[in-house]
Amino acid sequence: MGQGFSAIFYRDLLLAFRHRGEIANPVIFFFIVVTLVPLGLTPEASRLAQIAPGILWVMALLASLLSVEGLFQSDYRDGTLEQLLISPQPLYLMVLAKVLVHWLITGLPLTLLAPLLGMMLSLPKAGYLPLVLSLFMGTAVLSLIGAIGAALTVALRKGGLLLSLIVMPLYMPVLIFGANTVQRAVDGFPVAGPMAIMGALLAVSLLISPFATVGALRVSMHG
Amino acid sequence: MSPQTVIFSLDSLAFERDDKLLFANINLAMSSGEIVQVEGPNGCGKTTLLRIISTALSPTSGELRWHGQPVTRCRLEYLQNLFFLGHQPGLKQSLSPEENLHWWRRMNTNDSQLGNREVLASIGLCGYEDVPCYTLSAGQQRRAALARLLITKAPLWVLDEPFTAIDKQGVAQLEQLLMGHVARGGMVVLSTHQDLGIDAVRRISLPLMAEVS
Repeated sequence: MGQGFSAIFYRDLLLAFRHRGEIANPVIFFFIVVTLVPLGLTPEASRLAQIAPGILWVMALLASLLSVEGLFQSDYRDGTLEQLLISPQPLYLMVLAKVLVHWLITGLPLTLLAPLLGMMLSLPKAGYLPLVLSLFMGTAVLSLIGAIGAALTVALRKGGLLLSLIVMPLYMPVLIFGANTVQRAVDGFPVAGPMAIMGALLAVSLLISPFATVGALRVSMHG
Repeated sequence: MSPQTVIFSLDSLAFERDDKLLFANINLAMSSGEIVQVEGPNGCGKTTLLRIISTALSPTSGELRWHGQPVTRCRLEYLQNLFFLGHQPGLKQSLSPEENLHWWRRMNTNDSQLGNREVLASIGLCGYEDVPCYTLSAGQQRRAALARLLITKAPLWVLDEPFTAIDKQGVAQLEQLLMGHVARGGMVVLSTHQDLGIDAVRRISLPLMAEVS
């Protein structure tokens, strides 16, 4: 039962390891933007602190969006997606394994780097823990939702723009509540509320998104 | 099981793409020990037909039957008995043949005792087990994919152009493999433009219908 999951999980981790240069891209992108913001806007700590939560969250969202496009593309081109679809293992778990690897190589590094980047944007101390926690859950939601869009557009030659259009509206709540969590913490309010909503978003997308992705993959392959 | 029993059949399959009929009324009944070669000019839908048999694609009308039951009802059982090698070999280019065999083996049910290295050696990839697949030639890549034939226990093999890019010796070896499989009671559906060196191959021809309609 879990064999398909572990087979795909280890295979994709190994593949990610072989393509180290590519997986560094979202992190580098994140770094570059955060370095440029003080130069382009203002280096003044008090003003940076105001916009830091929003900037960090928008960048995490864009970094995830940029990387999710390739989630199924190489599998589609080399025929391994076909092998996945006709394997007697549950597709739900195999898709979940792929998404988990995607999160491990994009969302998790961003989450772990976030405090450092927060420091570069002079994020007030109270914001660090909520930032890390909200990114931890939020980036996982972004990967799960992005997978649906990636599966829908996998068979298209130039699906990038369409993918953004499909996925963006679904990303909005994550961005709103994620940035809000950090903002509230910075302003000294309790963050349990928005944090709970992030958790709920994660739970729902964890349950539903792999099903939707499996369905979308079948539609794409039958096209 | 007597050789006359129909195990796998296609029931008046038809497939339309973009409102064009690719093929229609394809019927086939297979019992154990048979090889069926799908023939036809380029673009007549051989790959499509094989992908329908693999369930990666659904037919516009008609159905597949496994032991008389529609495959849509016994999908899991059917998939456990199916081996499919498509047009794309399904190899991860940056993984080595051995790693490719490893993940494929874990994703599919098989209880073969053969080790990955033995399998690759007997398919002619000795010494290439650990190099990334993108450094291999087209023929070697095909061999790396065909190595799965040696470990699968599935009785129904569906192979799309298995002889592409393979040298004469490899073709002979593959033919031996196919004959051994049907001698053990297996079934093979394959598409190829080559004349097989195997007797008793049934052929079904797909006419080029897209132009006619």
